[in-house]
Amino acid sequence: MDILTILAQWGPYLLGGIVVTVGLVASALVIGFVLGLPIALGQVYGSRILRTIAAVYVWFFRGLPILVLLFLFYFGIFPVLGLDFPAFVVGAVVLGLRGAAYQSQIFRGSIQSIAEGQMTAALSLGMTPWMAVKTVILPQALRISLPGWSNEYPEILTDSAVCYAIGVMELLTRTSQIVSQTYVTMPIYIACAGIFILLNYAGMQVIYKVEEKFAIPGFGVKAG
Amino acid sequence: MTSEYILRIVDLHKNFGDREVLHGISFNVKKGETIVFIGPSGTGKSTLLRCINQLTEPDKGHVFIDDDEVTGCGYRISEYRQRIGMVFQNFNLFDHLTAVQNVEIAPIRVRKMKPAEARKKAMEELRRVGMQDWADHYPSELSGGQAQRVSIARSLAMDPEVILFDEPTSALDPELTREVLEVMKDLARSGMTMLVVTHEMGFARSVATEVVFMEGGQIVEQGPPAEIMKNPKHPRTREFIGKIAEH
Repeated sequence: MDILTILAQWGPYLLGGIVVTVGLVASALVIGFVLGLPIALGQVYGSRILRTIAAVYVWFFRGLPILVLLFLFYFGIFPVLGLDFPAFVVGAVVLGLRGAAYQSQIFRGSIQSIAEGQMTAALSLGMTPWMAVKTVILPQALRISLPGWSNEYPEILTDSAVCYAIGVMELLTRTSQIVSQTYVTMPIYIACAGIFILLNYAGMQVIYKVEEKFAIPGFGVKAG
Repeated sequence: MTSEYILRIVDLHKNFGDREVLHGISFNVKKGETIVFIGPSGTGKSTLLRCINQLTEPDKGHVFIDDDEVTGCGYRISEYRQRIGMVFQNFNLFDHLTAVQNVEIAPIRVRKMKPAEARKKAMEELRRVGMQDWADHYPSELSGGQAQRVSIARSLAMDPEVILFDEPTSALDPELTREVLEVMKDLARSGMTMLVVTHEMGFARSVATEVVFMEGGQIVEQGPPAEIMKNPKHPRTREFIGKIAEH
């Protein structure tokens, strides 16, 4: 079989992996954000107990190889809890929980970089601490964290390929299936790599657009 | 029954570690008065202001606004802070908001004012400090004097009963200092009650109802500006007045 025939025959199947991979990455980013931000807030403003919980969480999820985490949840934690999640869900959740640990530290850094006077001024106007965080600290901190946060996308995108190991039907899984069916290797892997690179490029364009949209004169970092 | 004083400070004490910053401060403020605090740096003037609205919690003593006790009021402190405005040395404008947004944000979020109504009020306050033409500029686009005027407008938008000024012109050059002082003089003449920590003796002379000389966390001497500046009784006051007069 020549390569064009193979691509014509298997192309749609491979491209279907884009949906799965993008789904994994998008879910993981959302989970990472939704958990990462409260973890950061807990670490900066929380009581001693909250700070400890946040620190242990970050230590745990940054301390284990991603493959170990994946197996731990897929074969261990979820089955023990009686949760029979499909591989896709496990992959998205593990990538998300791990992403939350990393994202929390990005947010923590930018929250702590906001001058103390901003909080003082907000309080002096009669805002409650929580109101001050919501209306003054976070709008600034989130803007500052965007450049650092933009690392998360390519990182999770490339990490998502390990979900191959638990059989999520994402790009790499489909690629290796095609390879084992057709015995063609190089062109198929190159196609897979090309798709990852393009996804990376497209996602970064979106992030740059967001950075531009929220840019404020004389504030934060300019989009590259 | 309400007392004749809008603000009463009773025996305030504050330590930072084993350093005593406030050593029993008491004074009363009547509505419409402008009290100017002078004294060497590190004598607790700024700490005193911050203890009044509890940004710094005093170790001992009481603060009353209109006979309501501010000290030890717990979570209700945010209600009292709405009645006590504050203007900072470094302006502390919210960097992500335009001038007008800086002024309207507290009325919207804290007072739950309708955005359109808050915008109108914010524009009025900006006009009052001569900054209406800069409403849509961000803090980074303003000079120090302009930023400080916006921060005064931000404070005014909450209709405070008292405004605390913590060295409002210390970060400004003489030219910008003058434009801020003009705004503050207008405020004082319009009847706003003000507590001002400053080294601007000209300001004290022209609008202060009382000048308080502080040193070592204590009030050394207080009185009408003419008396304190021309005829100080305490030798330390005399020395301090002499030093700043040389400049």
